[in-house]
Amino acid sequence: MHYRKRNEMYNQYVNGKIPKTSEWPSLFNSFWVGGLICIIGQGINDIILELMPTLAEQTAWAYTLIILIFIGSFLTGIGVYDRIGKFAGGGSIVPITGFSNSITSPALDFRSEGIVFGMCVKMFSIAGPVIVIGFVASTLVGLLYLII
Amino acid sequence: MDNLLYNQTVFFKNKPRIVGNYSIVGPKEKEGNFGKYFDFAMEDDHFGEDTFEKAERKMIEKALLGAIKKANLKKHDIDLFLAGDLLNQIISSSYAARAFDMPYLGVFGACSTMAESLALGSVFVDGGYFRNVACATVSHFSTAERQFRFPLELGNQRPPTSQWTATASGCSIVSNKGEGPFISSATFGKVTDYGITDVNNMGAVMAPGTMNTMLAVFYDTKTEPSDYDLIVTGDLGKLGSEILIDLMEHHGVKLGKNYCDCGQMMYKIEQQVLMGGSGCGCSASILNSYIINEMKKEKLKKVLFIATGALLSTTASQQGETLPGIAHAVVLEI
Repeated sequence: MHYRKRNEMYNQYVNGKIPKTSEWPSLFNSFWVGGLICIIGQGINDIILELMPTLAEQTAWAYTLIILIFIGSFLTGIGVYDRIGKFAGGGSIVPITGFSNSITSPALDFRSEGIVFGMCVKMFSIAGPVIVIGFVASTLVGLLYLII
Repeated sequence: MDNLLYNQTVFFKNKPRIVGNYSIVGPKEKEGNFGKYFDFAMEDDHFGEDTFEKAERKMIEKALLGAIKKANLKKHDIDLFLAGDLLNQIISSSYAARAFDMPYLGVFGACSTMAESLALGSVFVDGGYFRNVACATVSHFSTAERQFRFPLELGNQRPPTSQWTATASGCSIVSNKGEGPFISSATFGKVTDYGITDVNNMGAVMAPGTMNTMLAVFYDTKTEPSDYDLIVTGDLGKLGSEILIDLMEHHGVKLGKNYCDCGQMMYKIEQQVLMGGSGCGCSASILNSYIINEMKKEKLKKVLFIATGALLSTTASQQGETLPGIAHAVVLEI
């Protein structure tokens, strides 16, 4: 048998054997955890506006984001966020706390290789693509605005 | 010419014996199915060191010293230290070796390293070149995860086919005299690639290579599965060993109840390690604790030990290469 044919058959066979993730429980867990993070964010925003009524809404949003990023980073540092992630999957990856986790976790891991070449270099090893694509997308949108 | 290489197998005439065996594991492995059999369990993954890499190095050092002590030998009796691990440039083994005044050969066979080093050690001893050879390997969950996958604290979900790298180390002293199970033959495996690209499905990567080696063992030694008290594969995990059973059946060999897999047995189901354990320390620690101890008690008389490895490189797999696997086998008898 030609090896390509063999490999194809083997891959087909293996794919048939792979246990499937139970989709509905995973979706449900990521939905409610993700939603809860958003509710917490909204709560923080409301409290800020309550405490500082003169604040512009945009500034209050920025404060909220900073607080959420801190919480995500802090929970990563004390080893809690990976457990939330294991349970909730996308629900805790998509909100900004997940972005914070993806920067803090390699920073923690590669601290042992030094501050500059370890921590600073590796810090964006997970989040890097998100930042790059964000820059590219915003540039494209900016150009579009310039034209129309 | 009895010890002529027939096909892939070398036969040993002078019965190289495993006279010392030592195993050391992390806390999670201690809680697993074999917890009570290991010689030593660490209280935490750091093992008193500031980095996980240093902890891994300390584990293999301790395993080597422990095995020498259990063999009633002294450090200067060891003629050769054969060791390997999973890290780039096998630093755990090589850096550990600089603390010892003994010749060192680094071997790399991914998770198949224990069988590879045992087989090579037996060749040296059987040939009369060395009296005592120490064969060891180590793996550490945290260092492997950092090198091959994601940061430890990243909140991601593991795919259902993934395996858990065991934090474990094992060392055997192969000697030309003394008491203990002897190695009657060793079968060197061929690198086998069936076109799997999923780095999270190591079982499927290693199963074809394991099948090749296992068929070679049965063919070369003129034995069949029922001739062994135990046929144990390294760390195919649950999925991988199911695939192996199917593949072997496809080739007309039926694996019975005497077949098991170290990766599948290492942890308890409630420890949530999905397909089971992996890493070269997984099979090394079980071989050097439960299996050899049971052989010494003569509860197991003939064991086929096949350590299986996925020769994975993050660079090659990111460049779209398929993943090759390998397996080496040794037959242990008492």
